[in-house]
Amino acid sequence: MKLWAYNILQAALLIGLSPLAAAVLRKLKALLQNRRGPGPLQTYRDLVKLFNKEPVLPDRASWIFRLAPYVVFAVTALSAAIVPVILVHTPLSAVADVITLVGLLAMARFFTALAAMDLGTAFGGMGASREMTFAALAEPAMLMSVFILSLAAQSTNLSTVTDTMLNADLGLRPSLAFALTAMALVAIAETGRIPVDNPATHLELTMVHEAMVLEYSGRYLALIEWANQIKLMLFATLLINLFVPWGIAMEATAVNMAFAASAWLLKLLALFVALTLMETWMAKMRIFRVPEYLGLAFLLAILGMLTHFILEVVI
Amino acid sequence: MKFRLSEHLASLIAVADLDVERTEGPPPSLRVDRDDWAAVARIAREAGMRLVAEWAAQEKDGFSVHAAYAQNPNGYALVKTTLNAGVEGFPSLAPHYVAAARMERAIHDLFGLMPLGHPDPRPWIKHEHWPEGAHPLRKDFAADTGMPRGEGRYPFIEAEGEGVYEIPVGPVHAGIIEPGHFRFLAVGEQILNLEERLGYVHKGIEKSMEGRDAFSAARLAARISGDATVAHAWAFCLAAEQAAGLEASPRAATLRAILCERERMANHIGDIGAICNDAAWGFMHMQCQRLREEMARLHRRLFGHRLLMDCVLPGGAARDLDAEGIEALAGQTQAMAREMNELFEMYEDQTSIRERVIDSGAIQSRHARDLGLLGYAGRSAECDIDARRDAAYPPYDRHPPQVKVCKGGDVSARLWIRFQEIQESARLVQKFLAELPAGPLREPWTAPRDGRWGFAAIESWRGEIAAWVRFGAGGKIDRCYARDPSMINWLGLELAVREVPVPDFPLNNKSFNCSYSGHDL
Repeated sequence: MKLWAYNILQAALLIGLSPLAAAVLRKLKALLQNRRGPGPLQTYRDLVKLFNKEPVLPDRASWIFRLAPYVVFAVTALSAAIVPVILVHTPLSAVADVITLVGLLAMARFFTALAAMDLGTAFGGMGASREMTFAALAEPAMLMSVFILSLAAQSTNLSTVTDTMLNADLGLRPSLAFALTAMALVAIAETGRIPVDNPATHLELTMVHEAMVLEYSGRYLALIEWANQIKLMLFATLLINLFVPWGIAMEATAVNMAFAASAWLLKLLALFVALTLMETWMAKMRIFRVPEYLGLAFLLAILGMLTHFILEVVI
Repeated sequence: MKFRLSEHLASLIAVADLDVERTEGPPPSLRVDRDDWAAVARIAREAGMRLVAEWAAQEKDGFSVHAAYAQNPNGYALVKTTLNAGVEGFPSLAPHYVAAARMERAIHDLFGLMPLGHPDPRPWIKHEHWPEGAHPLRKDFAADTGMPRGEGRYPFIEAEGEGVYEIPVGPVHAGIIEPGHFRFLAVGEQILNLEERLGYVHKGIEKSMEGRDAFSAARLAARISGDATVAHAWAFCLAAEQAAGLEASPRAATLRAILCERERMANHIGDIGAICNDAAWGFMHMQCQRLREEMARLHRRLFGHRLLMDCVLPGGAARDLDAEGIEALAGQTQAMAREMNELFEMYEDQTSIRERVIDSGAIQSRHARDLGLLGYAGRSAECDIDARRDAAYPPYDRHPPQVKVCKGGDVSARLWIRFQEIQESARLVQKFLAELPAGPLREPWTAPRDGRWGFAAIESWRGEIAAWVRFGAGGKIDRCYARDPSMINWLGLELAVREVPVPDFPLNNKSFNCSYSGHDL
């Protein structure tokens, strides 16, 4: 029972802190551009503002359009509940399977795309088409990169993988470098960051994810924005806890968990600093280059697997 | 202003056995028969001249249609034809000059004069809700006539085929920019055709000009396109001064040039950042914003307006520079040039942005010349037009700019030209400041006599602005026409984005950065 409480607590922590993470990212970016940037609470204020606003619905919006934000938020929040954040083994970790996770995220994406096409606007259709094209390439690359870890852990369960990374004497494994690179590439694409998508743009024609949610307003938009922030946090946490899980709590004691939480936050900050540096330095790539980019991620994952079998498996 | 081309064109017309009537200037002009209107354009075209502008005016008895041609190094030639009362058509120049197509559609909308033989009879400035027979620039149309809302449909170009779809964008955009509608025909992510629909910011500037005195009109001219306020005001003032038979003092002319070059620098700097921002390279955007802001603040301190509005007046300039101002301007100009040089080096080394701009939206040089593309859009595709050199108005007659021209015609080339022009403008500003002639700031303004007119071409940061002013009774303006470079360069954008992926359109659009307001008037 207590573990259930911790499970819910760590999910709530991730969900609750995700707007802060988005704000920190924005702030870091502003600082790198010699700007002051909005404060760390601005994203919360934005969400509150949106929740209090009356949503304006297009005339032709069907129930799908109204339902989608709830599905997207619920599914993303559920994904947040199954990944190990500060505690490795939680009741929900039994279903914390990487295939489930990819499936959940695909479901959120499916509904976003469906809602985008529901209205029949050009931007919605365009965004949906781009998103699905990229997703078809990103999902296998994502699975493959985790499978490299699964080969060592003999499981696709995220908690087991983390456990193995933490406790098994893995030594120096070159396949992990491939896996990490591949997954980082996918994470950038999946969370819509530069150089794949620009979350800050106002140019409809260049948008990928934003184009799909252009028609949303009020609480619907708030849910979608929040879900996006959770997704960013989710991928960051996944990268951290699969590849550098050190510090994460194996047992649910107060000291362990406090230590795990601070380790997690520090690692997140480091990751965001790296992301900000990259986003400041790079321009967005041409849209036809994105498939090549995701193809590279997939290729790296395959190479990682090969490396695993060639160098690391003792027969 | 150089008008040597007038005599050259007159002799070509005479050789072709057509009637031509010369009117001595300044400025000189030619008059031809209405039936020869298109033939003259063909002669000009074959002689390699470009069409600067085509416009109409109402006469006491009927209408007149005017055209300006230009060719380096002979300058400009003005041709007109008169339509007697009851004649409401003139031969179209569009078969010879693509750029004339929209100008003639605008003439048709605003005057109700039909360009005969025009390949595209759709309205242009006139939107669907204008009632039939409303021709605002006719003298019998009161400026305060209400336009009732009406329904209508604009027939866009359509395409059929599997997978072809339309993307309507605008007139209201997600960013805070001017309104304009773009209709894309696309297959997948590939643009097949872009069709622009403009006119959403038609403010009736030409109508509003009528009846104003020169000073009030100069204020309005400064607001035709806010980002080119100095150049527009200068173009108007130069034309009005021609009509009045006076010339601004050397000091005023040099001050105008300093302001115009500073305007060029500020706009290029702002745009370079914005272009990079459209490819999500926010770093450059922020740096450029900062530099542009510093310029605007100094402008406010020295000239009382961040964008330099109302600094150019008929007869001279509004504000003088003292020694301290000269020093501040020179120092900042130099600092801007240096900082932009550093940013240019960073830009050149930045592969991810270079990858986006190189080969995106390329215009072939022969197409650029056919259109007569102006400013950096033309010069980046070997279309060498620069009114500072071609028209040689003071002070550029003594200090001609080094005009940069390059090949490529893509976003990268347009960016390169802009980086170069910042340096060249900085050089000119320094030179003008160092050699600022002494003398009066303003010549006393004498209102031109009834019927006197003038024509001027000024190189704004965006390209050549052409202005034509005719005064009526009491020194009031009878008709004023301003051709913003956007009138022609919007056509270039349509051409550039063929075979460009849809998400690259904003990048191209920004690299042209045409004015909606200057085009719609």
